[in-house]
Amino acid sequence: MARWPRPVTLLSVGAATLVVALTVGAVIPLMLSAEGAGRLVAADWAILRFTLFQAALSAALCTLAAIPLARALARRDFPGRSLVLTLLGAPFLVPVIVAVLGLLSVWGRAGWVSEITGATLDIYGLTGILMAHVFFNLPLVTRMLLTGWAGVPPEHLRLATQLGFTPRDIYTHIERPILREVLPGAALLVFLICLTSFSVALTLGGGPRATTIELAIYQALRFEFDLSRAALLSLMQLGLALTVALILLASGQRGAGGFGLSLRPQSIPKPRNPWIDRAAITAALAFLGLPMLGLISLGIPGMPDLPDATLNAALRSIGVSIAATLISCSLALAIAGGVATHRGRAALLGEGLVLIGLTASPLVIGTALFIAIRDFIDPFAFALPLTALVNATLGVPFALRILLPEVDRVIRTRGPLAQSLGLSRRLWLRRVLLPGIRRGLGLALGLVAAFAMGDLGIIALFGSTETETLPLLMFGLMGSFRTDAAQATGLILVLLTLTIFAIFDTWGRRAQH
Amino acid sequence: MHLKRTTTLAALATACALPLAAQERRELIVYAYDSFVSDWGPGPVIEANFEAICNCDLTLVGAGDGAALLSRIRLEGTRSDADVVLGLDTNLTAAAASTGLFAPAPEGVPTPDLPIAWDDPLFTPFDWGYFAFVYDNTKLTAAPESLMALAASDTTVVIQDPRSSTPGLGLVMWAEAALGDEAPAFWEALSDNIVTVTPGWSEAYGLFLEGEADMVLSYTTSPAYHLIAEEDPSKSAAAFAEGHYMQVEVAGILAGSDQPELAAEFIRFIATDGFQSAIPTTNWMYPAFATETGVPDGFDTLITPDTALLLPAEEAEARRADAIATWRAGLAQ
Repeated sequence: MARWPRPVTLLSVGAATLVVALTVGAVIPLMLSAEGAGRLVAADWAILRFTLFQAALSAALCTLAAIPLARALARRDFPGRSLVLTLLGAPFLVPVIVAVLGLLSVWGRAGWVSEITGATLDIYGLTGILMAHVFFNLPLVTRMLLTGWAGVPPEHLRLATQLGFTPRDIYTHIERPILREVLPGAALLVFLICLTSFSVALTLGGGPRATTIELAIYQALRFEFDLSRAALLSLMQLGLALTVALILLASGQRGAGGFGLSLRPQSIPKPRNPWIDRAAITAALAFLGLPMLGLISLGIPGMPDLPDATLNAALRSIGVSIAATLISCSLALAIAGGVATHRGRAALLGEGLVLIGLTASPLVIGTALFIAIRDFIDPFAFALPLTALVNATLGVPFALRILLPEVDRVIRTRGPLAQSLGLSRRLWLRRVLLPGIRRGLGLALGLVAAFAMGDLGIIALFGSTETETLPLLMFGLMGSFRTDAAQATGLILVLLTLTIFAIFDTWGRRAQH
Repeated sequence: MHLKRTTTLAALATACALPLAAQERRELIVYAYDSFVSDWGPGPVIEANFEAICNCDLTLVGAGDGAALLSRIRLEGTRSDADVVLGLDTNLTAAAASTGLFAPAPEGVPTPDLPIAWDDPLFTPFDWGYFAFVYDNTKLTAAPESLMALAASDTTVVIQDPRSSTPGLGLVMWAEAALGDEAPAFWEALSDNIVTVTPGWSEAYGLFLEGEADMVLSYTTSPAYHLIAEEDPSKSAAAFAEGHYMQVEVAGILAGSDQPELAAEFIRFIATDGFQSAIPTTNWMYPAFATETGVPDGFDTLITPDTALLLPAEEAEARRADAIATWRAGLAQ
């Protein structure tokens, strides 16, 4: 194929460079302005072991729990199924500290379960960490698996029915290949997300045994101002992620596909007994839904105490979120345009970017950016644009993972025709590419917007009273005894986040087929 | 087109006029922690009171929590716009002093009213409090009466991580100052009382209020908030026989300030009623200088420890790393 309609390569390279510079490159300013070389102490190795252990266990549990749920949702159609799928997305989008309080309202020592059973539950420790990580990531894995099921050609299913496949045959010939293809990538994704877990691991972990590398980075930057140590720990985290990723790639696995765009129920031959599927769906709804109800019951009493600053903080959060989303998806599109249809090295580059973006520490990026720009502009005057930019960068992996297969598909199926028609690049973009990927784009925009909305890492570094966002306001309220108002702010944050996600996602789903 | 040019000119004129206006009225920029600056903190009252006497603009900038404040000053270095930093505590002052970014405290500040002698050449205290374990007196009727008794009891507690929070560091220093060589044994005995360790004060106090633990590491003054602001007398702080570790919060002038005289004026203002009278019911700490009105009703119900513990700033800095290692080793059993 001639150079056209391949999108501008320069743009792709530029976008990829920006992402790498902001993530991996972030350690350079830290190293340069550090006094003396960083050192690792014996305790760091214990931290490393625990970090790996909890992340691996979280990933395993998430994928195991997702299989029956995804299978049930894939083969059953029931009233409210579409609503269940939308609500399934919710836990992944809730800011961590809000979600932790919600989980505790159900499972805590004074939570609903303890109250009803009369026993005092103690979930702190590994149990609590795993529970929270499954709460956050189960929906993600489920959506990825559902995409796998949706990808099974209907002819295969018809054939299976005609041949009278037993559930065992279906597993061997249809389900196992799906699981083989999707699970390793999904597990890797969860592993990486849990690798950088910090607030969850500490708050529910029960003590210093449950310390992750991210906390050590936090300590080095906040208390000791040991920039080189922070850089070293950050590299360690990055190296860990890349090693795991390489092992996975070397074993012949490719990264996971998209995030569940087509979620229609499939006419997979179903087992006679519907109760297994019903139990799986009910259990998941209870596990994921009750803490969300807990959040609502915690948040409502404080609504009248909301400070006047809430409205402005909410507007700032929305602004940051939308800006980050647009930047992030533009970057992801530019990269996807360059990488799509390529196999081999370019595809590997795409995967690499995803992994790097997932394991980069927001605190390290923020501090590095601060050091890099402080000679030129006042970082605090640009707190909101900087927050948007860093969140945009952190969102690229997710957007890329969704958009890459979509862009790939559109270029392969419609590229040659567009080329033979001699479409201008502008027309190609507006009339062919963007409409073609609209469903994926909607989901990507929604996800990044939700992440940026909940940001606390970057704004806590650059933010001040004049640039207070909703999460920052919530923390301020918590820090001044005003727990009720803080929980109300948390509820508003959750509602706003879900709304902004639903708007983008619905826009995408309304695409014409 | 015409309109556009006029607008641009107007904008230019405004931009030029701004620095002139600023020259007429001096501006003092004070960095403080977020909750100090918030609507419900001391910030708004103090700003109004100081502006009434200084013929200047006081700009309070919320810059994260206590530890983040120092990180921010170090990041900004000599380029900082700030004139005064308000909200470091004695666990951080040695590190702050060693940056060389702070100027000596001004002349003319009266002697602070603290349970300990104050002779820091750089920093002026603005409020203080005692760390304490706070509990619900309707649920816990026989609270432990010492650190060691707490560790030996089956009372559950939530504490903060000393690597990410100032109260968490305060407890580690409390054990060092009160127990010395017995600190490792204390942490080992306490480890089964600890429900969880949180990254900051907010999470810990939130968990306590939700009923996740019998006690939470906070301040002797915390019950005053519930009593005065919520008319809820159910929270108490336990008095411990070994004494209570103090937190003294301080303010200092940055050497790079372009308003050194105004900054000195502000530090002297800290010692007056205009600043101190706002502290008890907005920052929920004790004033660092005696006020005419004294502390409000409700503060008299608080426990007053017999022994005030505080390691000198240099010693606190020197012992911090080992003390945190002891904490980790004890809790990891």
